Amino acid sequence: MTAGTALAGCHECHLALRLPHLADGGVALCPRCGAPVHRRKVNSIARTWALLIAALVFYVPANLFPVMTVISLGKAQSDTIMSGVIYLLLHGMWPLAIVVFAASVVVPLAKLVALTYLLVSVQIGSRSRPADRTRIYRITEAVGRWSMVDIYVVTILVALVNLGNLATIEAGLGAVFFGAVVVLTMFAAESFDPRLIWDRAELNDV
Amino acid sequence: MSGELVLCHDCDLPNRLGEVPEGGAARCPRCNGLLYRRVPDSIDRTIAFATGGLLLFVVSNVFPFLSMEMQGNVTETTLATGVQALFRGERPLVAGLVLFTTILAPLLHLTMTLYVLLPLKQGRIAPASRRVFRLLHKIQNWSMMEVFLIGILVSLTKLVEMAAIIPGIALWAFMALIPIVAATTSSLDAHLVWSRIGGRS
Repeated sequence: MTAGTALAGCHECHLALRLPHLADGGVALCPRCGAPVHRRKVNSIARTWALLIAALVFYVPANLFPVMTVISLGKAQSDTIMSGVIYLLLHGMWPLAIVVFAASVVVPLAKLVALTYLLVSVQIGSRSRPADRTRIYRITEAVGRWSMVDIYVVTILVALVNLGNLATIEAGLGAVFFGAVVVLTMFAAESFDPRLIWDRAELNDV
Repeated sequence: MSGELVLCHDCDLPNRLGEVPEGGAARCPRCNGLLYRRVPDSIDRTIAFATGGLLLFVVSNVFPFLSMEMQGNVTETTLATGVQALFRGERPLVAGLVLFTTILAPLLHLTMTLYVLLPLKQGRIAPASRRVFRLLHKIQNWSMMEVFLIGILVSLTKLVEMAAIIPGIALWAFMALIPIVAATTSSLDAHLVWSRIGGRS
């Protein structure tokens, strides 16, 4: 597979085309949709690592700082992600507690672990079970959005509990970091190129 | 579309597309990635869903969303109230994220779909269609109304002990909008649109 005649799929419109020879620094544009075409996403591994590590760093304050603070009759009560889940459990709302736990704890953690695993497996040149790893990637890409539930809960509570002297609710610093984790992991999943999984696996066939 | 060579988006395997029946889909034999889905009357259907969606979008943003009654006081909110409150509470980043994922992204999704498809139906190509259609593909993933609905459910169960919650018209419109937006996405045959608006190689 020489670089000059390799088939490439456009990332944006999925047109299959033969990449022309390019001068250094040159970019081929897709004739159909006009997007720059590369055989693989540019710097996929480095970019995904950078976004993933940033997400890991932000994950710590996202869980330590409160996502919201309720101030009622001069008393302030703060809730972190975890204490919000425990609150629901203690009040007998366990189906909801499971939903929030899955969305706010399991999904972000599973995403961080899955992306790390995919990156490492590609970098050590693993050839095992590429179809399963591709499926892991697809799931990672699809479930990320559900972590936004906690951010929305804070938003709705802030909007509704606006009862003058009785109570005020403030969004905490934890919400900022948690939102950043969701956005960063979504970008990380987007910048990972699943075709890298198959580049090594294909060598078996040659 | 039949006979065209496509590379699998997920594993790069070249596939020659066979005849795909209406409503059918072609999948990659190696990784099971979706290669192509053929929707009957794709452009007409998508225009219908997007237009209906746009109407519901207006209703869900203009009318009262949720109201809360507590000791005689009624607090009425719209969809954007939470965003405004977050801005005032000095959380502009969170406010921006919520604004984008629950209001701007769905609105852009629907309007950009119509911008490309309405002229196409009359055999014309709107200016910058290729750019708009590429952007549309990127924005879809950031429209998170169905996640917001779960957020509503969770916050209401937290509040239900201390106050009476009154759902407004906008909430019902919002709930109807979620499957309509999903249908706008799934009825759109991007392959067909690209073959019409794309440049020739």
